[in-house]
Amino acid sequence: MNESDLIIKLEHVSKTFNGVKVLDDVSLDIKKGEFVTLLGPSGCGKTTTLRIIAGFRKPDEGRLFMDGRDISEVPPYRRPLNTVFQRYALFPNLDVFDNVAFGLKLKNTPQEEINKRVKKVLKLVSMSDYEDRDVDSLSGGQQQRVAIARALINQPKVLLLDEPLAALDLKMRKDMQIELKEMHRKLGITFIYVTHDQEEALTLSDTIVVMKEGRIQQIGTPTDIYNEPVNSFVADFIGESNILDATMIEDRKVRFIGQDFDCVDEGFGQNEPVDVVVRPEDIYIVNKLDSVQFTGTVKSCTFKGVHYEMFVNTDNGNELMIQDYNAFEPGSRVGMLIRPNDIQVMRKRCLRNEFEGEMVAADKVEILGGEFSCNAQEGIAEGDKVKVSVEFSKVDLLDNQEDGILTGTVHFILYKGDHYHLEIHVDGGGHIFVDTNDIWDKGDLVGINILPNDILITKGND
Amino acid sequence: MTKRANWSIPYAIFMVIFVVLPLLLILVYAFQDSSGHFTMANVTRFFSDKDALSTFALSLEVAIENTAICLLLGYPVAYILSNKKLNRASVTIILFIIPMWINALMRTLATASLFQMMGVELGKGTLIFGMVYDYLPFMIYPIYNTLQKLDPSYAEAAEDLGANPFQVFTKVILPLSKPGIVSGIMMVFMPTVSTFAISEFLTNNKIKLFGTIIQDNINNGSTWNYGAALSLFMLVIIGITTWISESGKKEEGGDSLI
Repeated sequence: MNESDLIIKLEHVSKTFNGVKVLDDVSLDIKKGEFVTLLGPSGCGKTTTLRIIAGFRKPDEGRLFMDGRDISEVPPYRRPLNTVFQRYALFPNLDVFDNVAFGLKLKNTPQEEINKRVKKVLKLVSMSDYEDRDVDSLSGGQQQRVAIARALINQPKVLLLDEPLAALDLKMRKDMQIELKEMHRKLGITFIYVTHDQEEALTLSDTIVVMKEGRIQQIGTPTDIYNEPVNSFVADFIGESNILDATMIEDRKVRFIGQDFDCVDEGFGQNEPVDVVVRPEDIYIVNKLDSVQFTGTVKSCTFKGVHYEMFVNTDNGNELMIQDYNAFEPGSRVGMLIRPNDIQVMRKRCLRNEFEGEMVAADKVEILGGEFSCNAQEGIAEGDKVKVSVEFSKVDLLDNQEDGILTGTVHFILYKGDHYHLEIHVDGGGHIFVDTNDIWDKGDLVGINILPNDILITKGND
Repeated sequence: MTKRANWSIPYAIFMVIFVVLPLLLILVYAFQDSSGHFTMANVTRFFSDKDALSTFALSLEVAIENTAICLLLGYPVAYILSNKKLNRASVTIILFIIPMWINALMRTLATASLFQMMGVELGKGTLIFGMVYDYLPFMIYPIYNTLQKLDPSYAEAAEDLGANPFQVFTKVILPLSKPGIVSGIMMVFMPTVSTFAISEFLTNNKIKLFGTIIQDNINNGSTWNYGAALSLFMLVIIGITTWISESGKKEEGGDSLI
């Protein structure tokens, strides 16, 4: 990419609030005229990124460039970009005209020009007849339009939008999405848009930046992000999906739900454990049981307007979500097919829990601040630094926090067809991944226990 | 009448006995002579009473000065207290409110003793000092309250649109804190117009304020009716200031007292 095509460039930006790292080494290039969406769940750092670009927050580390110029230290009022705030932040003491004219009046623009430009920009947002209205008398959607007009009047090179449609009802949101897209096309300036709504991001953006816990997970076009998610988080966050444990047998051959499938992915190791994503609309479901790849029993079938959504239990015990235009009766036997193109193979973040630990006794090891009993091993003595590894499925979660050696909170849940894959944030720092058949909810407080036989200890490197 | 409306009866009785009735009595006394006949003499007497008129003018002057000083001192304090960057401890606001816990009369007496001990001559200067000391918290608190509730995104929006920190203050924060300023002015101005205790103690009765004259006339049994007329006049003045400031506040969409 040509450097001169870039308008905004973030280089290794990090930010910590009250000891929590909300942005962790974020680097991002934004092209001129692009509609970029920062997408992620709450607390992923998307709003902080936007506020750093706007200038309301200073990065702890890293630089911010605009048009090749370092603007990390430039105060917000000198940055040639404008923001549309989540709750509009229209000045309640000014009417619509004065709100929109605010930026121009600060620059001592002649009254005649102010009148002309305010009229023009209000026309752009279809609010021409509202000049004299109090902002309090406007509906949410109208206030949103005024806020956009106010931000656009300074003719910024970049427009920042912080969840601008979050407060609107569904119908209004859909209409505004179309209008925003149209506005972006007309103005030709760069839009940087923050949202947690994946559908909105897919509809509006040229480029989507998926974020989680202060890190960028994937940058790509909406189709890339949807069809080729890089990890199970992105796959789960964007759209409906079946995410399953699989093994890459060799290039272009992957095994899951007890079946070998042809796929199009290469470059994984032989027999490497991977995750696969299959979108529910990409599984073909038929009534016949021969000349199909695998068979199963329909568990439920729900009409969703355009399509039916079915849950099917495969014969080897996995559950798949399938969307199809035809309904299949619950209880009926069906056959299924998946095309190689529709299987997206993703590298696993890790294969098992790995911790740095320390032996506090010959048969006791400390990990993440908790002391676990383990089997004594030859050559490893008290005080040794060790590497500890625990299989995902060998971690026990307990309802009563007091019963656990460690305590934590369920942070992220992924349904893998025949089990749940959980990420537990351990109180006091660190995280543990758990595979379980039990149903937990996000935010549940749990006790964590590991049996001595399941703790594998090897000597540390030092 | 619904059951719930019955609950208001005790309050209504209280209001009639302690608010409506006294006000009516002031009205009746103001238009009666000492023998109980209707007369306008009490009201006309005030406008020809040079002493009362000049005292009234002085009262207004002192009240305006006091309010202005309280506003000039109180606004920056309220601003600093409400700014989380400048004031990290919520305790500091309590330090400014604590004087309100102590009876104003006691504070005034103590201030007078302090001045006497330091050998400062009691006069208008000490009067204003005492008033500012007594009423400053009443100015700080409403302004602090308004500023604290102010959505920080207004200031950010202004900054985003190109306003430097000074412009953010003059064009956004100051106008949006107007309801607090109006409340503060009311809470300081109204009691200072009618005060008499502070002037009595802090000037050793050298300076008489309007409240002092009313008190003199009421205490001196024979001029009750004139005292009532003066009270009525002051009520009208306070009513007018309230009305002016409330209508100003309504324009800004703030909460209103009447």
